[in-house]
Amino acid sequence: MARSVTSQRKTINTVAAWTVGLLIFFPILWTILTSFKTEADAIASPPKFLFFAWTLENYAIVQERSDYMRFLWNSVIIAGGSTLLGIIIAVPAAWSMAFVPSKRTKDILMWMLSTKMLPAVGVLYPIYLMFIKLGLLDTRIGLVIVLMLINLPIIVWMLYTYFKEIPGEILEAARMDGAGLREEILYVLTPMALPGIASTVLLNVILAWNEAFWTLNLTAAKAAPLTAFIASYSSPEGLFYAKLSAASTMAIAPILILGWFSQKQLVRGLTFGAVK
Amino acid sequence: MATQHSRSAARLMMAPAVILLLGWMLVPLTMTLYFSFKKYLPLRGDSLANGLEWVGFENYVRFVSSSSFWPSIQTTLIIVGGVLFITVILGILLAILLDQPMWGQGVVRILVIAPFFVMPTVSALVWKNIFMDPVNGLLAHLWKFFGAEPVQWLSQASLPSIIMIVSWQWLPFATLILLTAIQSLDSEQLEAAEMDGAPVLKRFWFIVLPHLSRAITIVILIQTIFLLSIFAEIFVTTAGAFGTKTLTYLIFQRVLESQNVGLGSAGGVYAIILANIVAIFLMRIVGKNLDA
Repeated sequence: MARSVTSQRKTINTVAAWTVGLLIFFPILWTILTSFKTEADAIASPPKFLFFAWTLENYAIVQERSDYMRFLWNSVIIAGGSTLLGIIIAVPAAWSMAFVPSKRTKDILMWMLSTKMLPAVGVLYPIYLMFIKLGLLDTRIGLVIVLMLINLPIIVWMLYTYFKEIPGEILEAARMDGAGLREEILYVLTPMALPGIASTVLLNVILAWNEAFWTLNLTAAKAAPLTAFIASYSSPEGLFYAKLSAASTMAIAPILILGWFSQKQLVRGLTFGAVK
Repeated sequence: MATQHSRSAARLMMAPAVILLLGWMLVPLTMTLYFSFKKYLPLRGDSLANGLEWVGFENYVRFVSSSSFWPSIQTTLIIVGGVLFITVILGILLAILLDQPMWGQGVVRILVIAPFFVMPTVSALVWKNIFMDPVNGLLAHLWKFFGAEPVQWLSQASLPSIIMIVSWQWLPFATLILLTAIQSLDSEQLEAAEMDGAPVLKRFWFIVLPHLSRAITIVILIQTIFLLSIFAEIFVTTAGAFGTKTLTYLIFQRVLESQNVGLGSAGGVYAIILANIVAIFLMRIVGKNLDA
C-alpha cells in the first residue's frame, strides 16, 4: 500500500527541501558568481546578485599570476597516482581478507583503520627529515607515496566490504573450471567488483585532491598542488574578492564536476559499505 | 574450504599492504619517540649528525606545563564535539526532509552534497573573506541590512565561526549516510504506527532513531578521525589566534614555527595518545556494530 501523498504536502516538502538545499549550496554559488564580477562590483554595497557587468578578466589574471595548469597537473598526478598505487596494493590484500579469512583478519582490519588515527602532526618532523634525506621534498612522487599510505586503510576497508558481498561459490565454480588465482582475480572477481572499485577510486581521488596537511607542508614550488595554489591567496590578496573567487572556482571545479557525475557510486563509497 | 596453498598465497597478497602500513606507523613513531627525549633545536645548531642531548622527560613536562596546553586540548574537544553535534542533528533532520516525496529530489541532493567536494583551504578562505569579513563580508551586509552591528566573526566569535565552517563541510557527509540508512527503513512499519495513532515524535523516537543508530555510529567514527586533525581551516582563518589553537596546531607551531623538534615531538606523542584513547573507544562500538 503506497502512502497517499497529497500534492499540497508534496509542494511543502519541495519548497522546504529546495530552500535548505540552496542555502547549503549558496556559499559555492556566491563564490562562482563573484568570480565573474569586477573587483568593484565584488565589494559593492548592497551586494549585487545577478545584475552586474559579467567579466572573465579575473580568470585571465589568476592564470597569468600563478600558472593554474601546473598546479592542476600536480593535483591530477598526486590524487590519481596515489589512488592507483593504493588500489594496486589494496586489491590483493582485500581479496585475501574477504575470501581466505583467518582468525586474525578482523584484527588486522581494525589495526589498519587505527593507523588512520595516527595524528599526522605527531610524525610531521620525522617524515620531513626522511623526505630531505631521500630527496623527496617538494616532489610529486613523495606526495603520491604519502597520500597513498594515509588512504590505504580506507581503500582496503572499502574493497573488503565490497568483495565480501561477492558469493564465494562463484569463485569455487571458477576454480573447478580450472581457473588459477590470476585468472580468478582478473576475469571473475574484478568484473564483479568493478562498481565497488570505482566508488573506492572516486572517494580516494576526492580525499587526496582535498588533502591539505601533507600537501601544504611537504611541497614548495615544484610539486605544489591546488591546495597550495589556493593557500597562496590567503593574504593580503584575499582582499581581492573577485580574484580569490576565480582562483577558488578553478580549484574546486574539477572535483565538483567529477563528484556530481558520480554521486550514486560515491554514496556507497562514503558509507564504507557499512550502511545499506 | 581454503587449502594450505591458498592460505599462503593469501598471506603473500596481504603482505605488501601490511608491511607498508607497519612501516608507515613504526618508523616515524620511533623517530618521534626518540626526538621527544632529546633537546633538538635545528636553528641553534643541534643536528642528528652531531648527536643530540638526552633530556629525559623534560620536553614532556614542558609541553604540558605550557600555558597553551590545556586550552588546546579543550579547543580540540570543543571543535570536534561541536561539529559532531551540529552535523548529526542537522544531518538527521535533513535526511528525513530529503526522504519525503518531492519534485527535483536529485537536484536537491546534488546541492546538498556539494560542500563535501570543496577543498578545506578553499572553503576556509571563502568563508573568511567573502562571508565573514567584518567590512565587506556578505554576513556583514546582512547584519547591516537588519540594522545590527556586523560581527567580527573570526576574532570575537572565533570558535563558533570555525565550528560553523567545518560543519558546513561535513554536513553533506552526515546527511548522505543518514539518508541512505533512512531509505532502507521499512515503510510499512511506519505506516502501521501511523495508523495506530502514534504521533510523529513517538514514531521518530521509537522507530526511526533506533534504525539510524548504526549509521550515526559510522558518521561519528569517520568524522572524528578526520576532525581530530583538522588543520587547513585553522591555518587559513586565524592561524591559531583568538583561542582557536587545537592540539594539532600547537604542535605544528612548536615544530615548524619555533623549530623546537624535541618539544613538538613530545606534543606529538600526546596527540597520538589522545587519538588512541578516542580510537579505542570508537573501535569498541564500531567493532561491535560491524559484526552484525
